[in-house]
This record gives sequence, C-alpha cells and structure tokens, in this order.
Amino acid sequence: MTHARRTAGLALVAALGVSTLAACGGSDGTESSGGDGGGTKSKTVTLVSHDSFNASPAVLKAFTKETGYTVKVLKSGDAGEALNKEILTKGSPQGDVFFGVDNTLLSRALDNGLFTPYQAKGLDRVAADTRLDAAKNRVTPIDTGDICVNYDKKYFADKKLAPPQSFDDLIKPEYKNLLVTENVATSSPGLGFLLGTVAHSGDSGWQDYWKKLKANGVQVVDSWEQAYNESFSGSAGGKKANGDRPLVVSYASSPPVEVLYSEPRPKVAPTGVATGTCFRQIEFAGLLGGAKNEAGGKALLDFLISDRFQADMPLNMFVNPVVKAVPLPPLFTEFGATADRPETVAPDKIAANREQWIQTWTSLVVK
Amino acid sequence: MAVPVVFFAVFFAYPVTAIVGRGLRTGGVWQFGRVGDVLSRPDILDVLWFTTWQALASTALTLVVALPGAYVFARFDFPGRQLLRAVVTVPFVLPTVVVGTAFLALLGRGGLLDELWGVRLDTTVWAILLAHVFFNYAVVVRTVGGLWSQLDPRQEEAARVLGASRLAAWWRVTLPALGPAVAAAALMVFLFTFTSFGVVQILGGPAYSTLEVEIYRQTAQLLDLPTAAVLTLVQFAAVGAILALHAWTVRRREAALRLVDPALTARRPKGPGQWTLLLCVLGVVLVLILLPLGVLVERSFDGPGGYGFTFYRALTSVGTSGTFLVPPLDAVRNSLEYAVVATAIALLVGGLAAAALTRRAGRLVRGFDALLMLPLGVSAVTVGFGFLITLDKPPLDLRASWILVPLAQALVGVPFVVRTMLPVLRAVDGRLREAAAVLGASPLRAWREVDLPLVRRALLVAAGFAFAVSLGEFGATVFIARPDRPTLPVAVARLLGRPGELNYGQAMALSTVLMVVCAVSLLVLERIRTDRSGEF
Repeated sequence: MTHARRTAGLALVAALGVSTLAACGGSDGTESSGGDGGGTKSKTVTLVSHDSFNASPAVLKAFTKETGYTVKVLKSGDAGEALNKEILTKGSPQGDVFFGVDNTLLSRALDNGLFTPYQAKGLDRVAADTRLDAAKNRVTPIDTGDICVNYDKKYFADKKLAPPQSFDDLIKPEYKNLLVTENVATSSPGLGFLLGTVAHSGDSGWQDYWKKLKANGVQVVDSWEQAYNESFSGSAGGKKANGDRPLVVSYASSPPVEVLYSEPRPKVAPTGVATGTCFRQIEFAGLLGGAKNEAGGKALLDFLISDRFQADMPLNMFVNPVVKAVPLPPLFTEFGATADRPETVAPDKIAANREQWIQTWTSLVVK
Repeated sequence: MAVPVVFFAVFFAYPVTAIVGRGLRTGGVWQFGRVGDVLSRPDILDVLWFTTWQALASTALTLVVALPGAYVFARFDFPGRQLLRAVVTVPFVLPTVVVGTAFLALLGRGGLLDELWGVRLDTTVWAILLAHVFFNYAVVVRTVGGLWSQLDPRQEEAARVLGASRLAAWWRVTLPALGPAVAAAALMVFLFTFTSFGVVQILGGPAYSTLEVEIYRQTAQLLDLPTAAVLTLVQFAAVGAILALHAWTVRRREAALRLVDPALTARRPKGPGQWTLLLCVLGVVLVLILLPLGVLVERSFDGPGGYGFTFYRALTSVGTSGTFLVPPLDAVRNSLEYAVVATAIALLVGGLAAAALTRRAGRLVRGFDALLMLPLGVSAVTVGFGFLITLDKPPLDLRASWILVPLAQALVGVPFVVRTMLPVLRAVDGRLREAAAVLGASPLRAWREVDLPLVRRALLVAAGFAFAVSLGEFGATVFIARPDRPTLPVAVARLLGRPGELNYGQAMALSTVLMVVCAVSLLVLERIRTDRSGEF
C-alpha cells in the first residue's frame, strides 16, 4: 500500500507542477481568483455574465486606468444558465459582480438573496422606469432591449403585402405560415415574446391568442440561432439556408446588426421591426454576496453606468443604454426602430407564473 | 491503480455525488421517495420512452448501414482506403453544434433534399436517426472491421471444402466469431445515442427530448435539482447496465480466435458482386458522411460576391464586434494546447488503469473497468455543475483555472485510452517479463525493455484518440472555457450565436478548420494503427 500511496503522491506533485508551470507561462497572465492569499488587496475584479456580454477592450482598459482594477470576464452560459450557476454557488461565488439578470428572472435572483445591496454612483441619471429594485438597490439597471417580430422587407415588397405591425396582425390569414418563434422553455426571446402576448391579451386571453397563432401556422424552433439564421428568410444566414419564414421573433436591434455585418454595407436594412409586437427586457447587474473583492465590485458597478461604458454598449451587445444622457450610435438611429409602447410584465408576477405559463404554452403549442 | 482511482474519485465521483446530493438530500437525509414521484410524471415517462426507442432505432439503423462498410474496409484493398477510414471517423469527434448545422443545411428548408425532391426532415425523428448514423458509423466500422480483417479466411474456406454453401459457411463460421464484436459495437452505439444531447437539441426541435436534454433543462434552465438528480440516477442505472453487458461481450471476444495479420486478408475486389458491394458502400459513405461535411465546406467559401476566402481572412482579426477578445483563429492554438495537456492526463490515468487491469483479475477490478467507462454516459452538465459546487475551496479551487478544461476533456478521453491499451497489454506474454526479472532487470527496466516496445504503437493510437476527442469536446468545455481562451467548438458556437453574414460564414470556416485538424490527426493515426486495436 505504501507503494501505491507514493505513486499517488508523485502524481499529485506532478499535477501541481504542471499547473504551476502553466501559471508561469505568460499566455495565462491573470492569476486564479482563489489564488490571492488574503490580506493583500486584490487587483482583479471578476465579472460573471452570460455569453452575450461584450465590451471593447479599450473601455475595460480605461476602467483599469481609472481605478487600478483589472476586469476578468467569466461567461457562463445563456442568461438562465448563468444565473442558476450563481444560485448554486451562492456564498462561494465565482466572481464579484454578476451582469445579465433580466426582468424575467429578477425575482428568482432576489428571492435567493444573491446580491449585496449597493447604490451605484450616478444612479440618479438612470431612467426611472428601469429601476425595478429602487427601494433596496440590490441590483442596478444597465441596459434595455426590445424583443420584437422582425420582417423580411424583400418578401413583403415582392408580395405587395404590408408587413404586420401588431400582435393582432400576426393572427390574420394573410400572414398564415409566415412566423417562426423560439421555444419559451429554452430561449429568452421566446419567453419574452410569450410575456408580450400575456401582457397584450391578458391572463385569460393569451392561451386563446396562441391557439389562433398555432392555427395560423406559427413554427417553433428551439433557439434564437435556429430561428434567425436558419428559418428566417431576411437574415444573411437564413438567405443561405433558404429560410422560408419572412417573420421571426428577434430584437429591435437586429436590423442594425444585419447591416453592420454585411459587406458591402447596404443603404437600407434588409429587415424591419414590427413595432407593435415588442416586449421590453431590462438587464441588471449586482454585487454578489460573499464576493472576494467587494471594493472592486462596487467600482465596477459604478463604471457600468458611467457614460463611457454606456456609450460603448450598443455596438457590442446591441442593447440600449439606461442612462438618458447617452446618445445612441448613428447605426441605431439610421437603421433601427424604437418600439413606441413596449409591453411589460411585473417581475413578481413573472416569478409567480413563469413555470405555469411555460408548461401551459408547451402543451398548447409544441406537443 | 491508485492514480486512476484518485483521479476518478476527485474529478468524477465527488462532483457528481455532490450535485445529486443537492437534489436528493434535505437536512442530511437522502430522500429516495422522490424517485417514485418523479418517475410517475407523464412528461418524464414520455422522455424515458422516447430516449429508449430512438436509441434502439438508431442502433439498428447504424448496424444495417455500417456492417457492409465494416466488411468492405476490412476485406477489400482499394486505393484511398486509409484516407476514407480516417474520413469516416471524423464525424465521431466533431462537435454536435457543427453537425447539427450541417444536417439542417442538408435536410432542412431549402436543403439539398428539399431542392431535389421537396423533402424536409428537420424537426423529425428521421433527422435525429440519420445524424446518429453519421456519428456512429465509424464505431461499427472500427470495432467490427478491426476484428473482421484479422479473422482467418481459411476457416471459412475449410467449411466450403467440406460442402457447406457460401451462406452456410458464413453463418456457421464467420458470424459466431464476429458476434461478440457486433454486440460490443451495438452496445457502444446504443450508449452514445441513449445519451445523445446536441443532436437531439438542434435537430429534434422542441418536441423531442432525451434524458440527457431533460437533465440539462431541469438543471440549467429550471433549477429543479431534485428532478435532475432522479433523472441522473436513472441514466446512471441504464448506462451501468449497458456497460456491464459491454464488458461481458468484450470478455467473450477475447476468447481464443485465430487471428492473422490484416494485410493478409485484404484483397482487391473480384467479380461483379464484390465490385457492386464496394461501390454501394462507397455510395453510402459519400451521401451519409461526405455530403454533410461537404455542405459545411461549401458554405465556408460561399462569401459575399461569389466564392472566395473572405470568411477565412476574417478569422484572423478581432473584428469590430467584440465577440472575441482574440482573433477566432487563436482558438486553433488554444484547442491544440488544451488537447495536448488533456492527452497527457488521459494517457497517464488511462495507461496506469489499463496496466492495473492487466495485472490483476477478479470482480473488483472488472467493476473498476466499467467505472472508467462511466464518464462516457454521464451528462456533461451534471459533471460541470458538480465541478462548480465542489472544486471551490483550496487546495482544489480550480473553478477559475484553465486546467479544468483539459481535466474535463481527459475524463472523456480515458475510456478510449483504456479500450485501446487493454487488448495489447493483455497480449504481452508475462513470461517475457519474468525472464527479464530472472536475468536481473529491475521492474522498471523490465517494463522499459519488454512492454514498452510492444505497446508503443498502442500508446500512440490511444494518444491520437484522446487528442481528437479533446479537440471536439464541447459539453464540458463550454461550461468552463474562458472568453479570452475559447476552444474551436466554443468559438464556432459563439459565432453561430450572432446575427450577420460574416459571423455565419466565419462559423462555417472555423468548422472546416476543425474538420481538417481532426482529419489530419486521424490520418496520422491510421498510419500507426496497431494490429490488435480491435476494441475500438
């Protein structure tokens, strides 16, 4: 047995050796967050987020210059998954600040007591209607985005048919078999669209609305990627895949993005937004309870609602700033659309009914 | 023995137990009553039923399609055989994200079938079954073909001389010899399709869900840990049963068969019958395997303004989008680095495990053998979440460390290493070692002089497999990969997740790069295949 134990010991030493070597190998500059041996003030602040988080490196460098903290970003799956991981690791978090809990998941985060209250500097400049936790400031609003039906301009022009503009239009016979949406159980735009219909048709009316939508040939796929890049006929990917659905549930900011990633850049966006089919999403960030670097986390929250970061956001994450003074980039004003009156549902109402709505919707629409 | 045991205890048993415990323990007491509650829910029963029958159907279909292929690759010698053998193995290590996209392009709207005959198979069971055949074709060709190429044809000829018809000779002589290999291959395919995740998620649409997809949904999306834990246990039981059966067939296969050098059994096809068979198999390979891969390649060149290298050029820059902190092409380097480390770990753990399994026999050791295979059948999401809640305290605070990626990949690689090494190690005659010891060699020296030369090629093949598996591993990696160091599959998934022509094209280009890297490493493997790597 002693022999076996010695082998295990050797293996452990070898493994540690490998990791130490790797830690010294320059390509991996940041030290692991667990590595600061207490007492010394950590110079790294870790931002945990979903996969869609993006910021220009220059902007993050500016933060480091201002405060001395280096930002390490940890992406951990889609919005729901990333939040659930934080709930699982509550008290021993993977980072200091969590970004990306939206109003559809907000109650789950707050009920689980994930966040330490903190009033970020400059909160007064943030649009009041986004501050859903104004009493306690456990979370800080960072951005908003609208989930809306997008349409393929060319299709409707060829057919000489006016594109739909509202929820009520979508169930009209002239738009039969045109819409593709996402599974509400697995996709946040899918869920947003469902919530939009709940707000529009009411607690009792939304099931009826979906029955009509189903009778009108709505197609359901699992993810936004599939809906937008495969089924939708107006996107670049969908054109290649010969997508045959000229209507898709996506974002109000999708047309500018479509323009941004086309070469050569077109004069007009190939897709448009049905502005009467929108649901308003608000994304929040919060200081994680048990964060190793609380001071750094607070500085980062201040920074997330600073003009510099807010102005950088739209072209990186295709969302709108919450700070009223920050102007939208030209690409958005030129090619995008703003929903005149987006639908909303209160977070506690979402929390109370989400699972039930999803189950009802599933048995109604996909089974 | 100690190293693999410790490795599996720390990086597999402990995290998985912890996450299952979260769901099934309240106040320190296991609540096994919940198992019954969950298993009586109609939606869960639906999932179990679908999981089982689609796996059975996929397995049957794979056998029907791939057995002729196994024969052709084993017995016929034709130009390009090695290249084709490598190509048919590529799907097995491709990330499901890529495969799903390719199959959608083939079977979905405006796909090839749609244009030719107006047939659309996406979001049907057929798409899932076809993709499963695509993935597992190589498993049958390698497992069955490996043995078939070494069966002595003279035995069948002897039966013919004694008056048996051609069919009878095959039925009485060849089939019984092949039986265990076919069974082992079938069980492997069943295991992979039973635990299928990406394929079902992408091609099945929302209406179909396997156990694995359901575990992911319950854990990651709904945070319903008790249900997820029960499903994990069910999957454990099923996978355990499959592996036990598999181990039994493998043992039967190691029974004495007269094996010969494969080079002696492969011939040029003769006569119209054999030529037809060869052409049929090549046709199947073309349609089933090369076509989906070809679609990806075609789309990667189909840039704005005609065919060209636009998307490939875009891979070398960070771009304006901030999707990546580094150019996507850096993912190639990251993937290779991770794969090298993962391969080293897998070889160390798997090699030691195989050595231990060779030296000792007995029930305990056999159980350990099956245990090493378990990671193949346990969902990545369970392991990943288990990592999250267990590896968070020093000395094992690895959550933010890059080493977690190769560790997770090695977990999947070890079973392949064990499968490849075991038959070769078992074939080494112990008396050689004893002779060396008698002549005064230390155990280490005896190993170096006797075992190493004999197993060197098997080691290389095992390394190649671990390497390829690590390159394509997606489930666990996506959990832990950091944004500044994405692997190839993670980068592809990320590109697919953003709108716009450039991103889509780059995803296709990067998939093509991944395919080429996989194909090249497999081709190198083909060159150094051992004579007895029949187990996989």
